[in-house]
Amino acid sequence: MSDLLHFLDQIWLARYVILKGLGLTVSISALAIAAGSVLGILVGLSLTYGNILLRSVVRIYTDFVRGTPVLVLVLASFYILSAVGIDLNAFQAGVLALAVFCSSHVGEIVRGALQAIPKGQTEAAKAIGLTFRQTFVSVLWPQALRQMLPTWVNTAAEMVKASTLLSVIGVAELLLRTQEIISRNFMSLQFYFLAGLLYFVINYGIERFGKYVERKTAVPS
Amino acid sequence: MSDCLLEISGLRKFFGPVEVLKGVDFSMREGEVVSIIGSSGSGKTTMLRCINMLEEFQGGTIRLDGETIGYEETASGRKRKSETEIARQRALTGMAFQQFNLFPHMSAVENVMLGLVKVKKMGREEAREIALKWLERVGLAERAGHYPGQLSGGQQQRVAIARAIAMNPKLMLFDEVTSALDPELVGEVLQVIKDLAADGMSMLLVTHEMRFAYEVSSRVIFMNQGVIGEQGDPKVMFNAPQSERLAEFLKTSSFV
Ligand SMILES: Nc1ncnc2c1ncn2[C@@H]1O[C@H](COP(=O)(O)OP(=O)(O)O)[C@@H](O)[C@H]1O
Ligand SMILES: [Mg+2]
Repeated sequence: MSDLLHFLDQIWLARYVILKGLGLTVSISALAIAAGSVLGILVGLSLTYGNILLRSVVRIYTDFVRGTPVLVLVLASFYILSAVGIDLNAFQAGVLALAVFCSSHVGEIVRGALQAIPKGQTEAAKAIGLTFRQTFVSVLWPQALRQMLPTWVNTAAEMVKASTLLSVIGVAELLLRTQEIISRNFMSLQFYFLAGLLYFVINYGIERFGKYVERKTAVPS
Repeated sequence: MSDCLLEISGLRKFFGPVEVLKGVDFSMREGEVVSIIGSSGSGKTTMLRCINMLEEFQGGTIRLDGETIGYEETASGRKRKSETEIARQRALTGMAFQQFNLFPHMSAVENVMLGLVKVKKMGREEAREIALKWLERVGLAERAGHYPGQLSGGQQQRVAIARAIAMNPKLMLFDEVTSALDPELVGEVLQVIKDLAADGMSMLLVTHEMRFAYEVSSRVIFMNQGVIGEQGDPKVMFNAPQSERLAEFLKTSSFV
């Protein structure tokens, strides 16, 4: 019992540090997911509709990124970019690495969703005189969005987990903050558990939100 | 032949090295109802798809209501028209597909409205009014708010026909619109087509329903291996086929 009180006491003492870490984790993830999704949509469109040259270039990009450990991307973004004169701080470099990682996954998701739509949809749209752009906006994209929502939510949750990797380049997100706290009070078991719980809560929230949107946008059948 | 609605001459279409349409010549006048029959693989679907520019074709011309469809002759040869121009020309014909191809994320009325709003640039209210009128014509007024997933195959096909007709096309193309339906749903769709025919709609339809072709068509064309084998009044053709091929085909098809 007194152990628990002691733990709660320590949490209270460290509350600002924890909240700061949590805030940074959320910001990193949100930025990476947002930027990565926008970039990923462009990647997906290029893979689906680009000419052979664009497709090949983007294909190499996604395969390369997906074949590289995220930690390597994070380190490369931080150390290599500064070596070639692009000066990003740790936060920026980390978010960039995660966004790039995210974009390769979202790109595949978008491509998969668009290609899964039966060809008859495009043909029916053409047959009533819609241009490609109109077909895309009114017919293909709304269907693709619904189709990819669950996988996209998974990717978002993966990004939250991957944000912990930014601790190695000194970004004081939740994991690094947790380690800081532990180095002071030596309660590693308890505080790693707390960190784990907080990550779970974030991802559970993302998942619930995804389910909610899925329900809201479901097509009656 | 300026009173022709549709005039196809020397139409040739290749899929890779395979010649699927080998010089099709065909014309029809406004208000005609022409059925295309023929065994599977003879090129019926491909011919309809060329008229609607869903397929490219390599030789010959298609003229619809005085316009040359899809390609233009330039000094440097035959050139595909711009995509905007092709999109506009596609709206001159309406097409109903074997698989309906309704947009699953839109209700019946939204399916019909889409082309009116996007292509005809109508306001939503006007478009809805017209869409509802056509849904009523195909007997689905009370299903206007339903989604394709909530409709039977026959109902979906009727919505698809309404969607095409609402665009006020010069010519309706039907490609085996009852082939994917359960037998008990075929009748309601054929009835809709009959009603449209009675209204004077020009139509070109591929069908395996020989009885229907016999009753509804002013003319039947028999496609055989990428060319028109025989054509004429269904009453004459079905009762006294000229060619061995057609006689053979009629024997194996459901016509009684
Ligand atoms: N997309 C395609 N690619 C290659 N060959 C095709 C394609 N579509 C149709 N064909 C071929 O063209 C021929 C005519 O097909 P189709 O017009 O569908 O015949 P029908 O509608 O009379 O059954 C067939 O031999 C078919 O295999
Ligand atoms: Mg066919």
